[in-house]
Amino acid sequence: MIEFKLPALGSDMEQGKLLEWKAKPGDKVRRGDVVAVVDTSKAAVEVEIWEEGTMHEWIVKPGETVPIGAVLALLLAPGENPETAVRPEIAPVRPAAAPAPVAAPAAAAPAPGARRRISPAARKHAEDLGVNLDAVGGSGPDGAVTVEDVERAAKAPPPAAPLERAAEMRRAIAAAMSRSKREIPHYYLSETISLARAAGWLEAENARRPMTERLLMAVLTLKAVALACKACPDMNGHFRDGRFAPSTAVHAGVAISLRQGGLIAPGIHDVQAKSLSELMRNLADLVKRARAGSLRSSEMSDPTITVTNLGEGGVESVFGVIYPPQVAIVGFGTVARRPWVEDGEIRIAPAVVASLSADHRASDGHRGALFLAEIARLLQGPEKL
Amino acid sequence: MDVQELRKTVVEELMRIAPELEEGELAGSRPLREQVDLDSMDWLNFLVALHERLKVEIPEADYARLGTLDQIVEYMAARRP
Repeated sequence: MIEFKLPALGSDMEQGKLLEWKAKPGDKVRRGDVVAVVDTSKAAVEVEIWEEGTMHEWIVKPGETVPIGAVLALLLAPGENPETAVRPEIAPVRPAAAPAPVAAPAAAAPAPGARRRISPAARKHAEDLGVNLDAVGGSGPDGAVTVEDVERAAKAPPPAAPLERAAEMRRAIAAAMSRSKREIPHYYLSETISLARAAGWLEAENARRPMTERLLMAVLTLKAVALACKACPDMNGHFRDGRFAPSTAVHAGVAISLRQGGLIAPGIHDVQAKSLSELMRNLADLVKRARAGSLRSSEMSDPTITVTNLGEGGVESVFGVIYPPQVAIVGFGTVARRPWVEDGEIRIAPAVVASLSADHRASDGHRGALFLAEIARLLQGPEKL
Repeated sequence: MDVQELRKTVVEELMRIAPELEEGELAGSRPLREQVDLDSMDWLNFLVALHERLKVEIPEADYARLGTLDQIVEYMAARRP
């Protein structure tokens, strides 16, 4: 049987609440089908499945909150017979405990793989109360889980009332960014790029396009970043289990600020292979859906690099915090008219400060500089983007 | 559609883009982007919505003349078919 597990929908997610099943027992599913809708603290995400099979049994019911990796459902693999298929043993699913209050004594979660100290009484008590011990912090000696810890977990408030949503999102972002700053040795570079050619080309292009098909400068810079990844593959991919795995496809995460506060960075797939018109449609659709809180799981988990356009808000430059497991984030400041020296003459040109925050475990500053130079070069030939 | 109705339509489309906005907060003569958090995507979506509702073509070159709510209403009033 196939175990359909709750995937990590971004590095700032720890748990998810099942909102709805999109496939019922007996339904055949194919790769890429949406089978469930899960609420993270940021959005309702349509979760896709990446195996073919037949929905067999729902393990988690709508309304339940479970940690990443929890088995949500069992499916029959093609050719498998429900009578004879071996049903895997699944630990009973309990609602994930709400995060321990800051004031709770020594409630730090143990390192993964570390042996937990749990008193036999606490273990028995947890069974009786239906508490998942994996989600219980220990306050006893050496982080041992005590009967009191189990009782506290059993009484933990149900997760996230709507009013707490903003606070929960802030907490999730803080956790992901703290992890990034703790684990990733960032280095930072910036370069001012003339957009005279790009802006001139864009103006002429938009003048001949119908209003509904106009392009934004953000689409040109996005494509330039994706094409530059070809020349500098060590900026694009994932750092996992102690090594960097580059990706040939560029799935670019786009930082989108949410109107109610907070930030989300879902991705556009295969940016390197798409036309500017297609990217513009993708970007418009992505921003709309991100703000409406309706995204797909692959958009949350696939991005291989992130681009932020904080310059829209008027700042000159932005140095982003890398979104793990990615290894680079490119930032564009505001596009402003500046004095620009070219061919020994001073002109006025629209220019932008492009910045790069990159992971020293995957590359060094020299490669980063080549990457920014390549972005600058590509933006001088906008018609080829 | 008189100018009053036109203004109402413009504000309606603006609030569709920025739902956090309260109508009474908008000063007609102050730059719109100082009062409403609009990025270039929001701005384009706003103008496309006005274009579709009011059937007015808005060339990019005219963006500079659309800084305030009053200016937008005036622009639309002058160009409505």
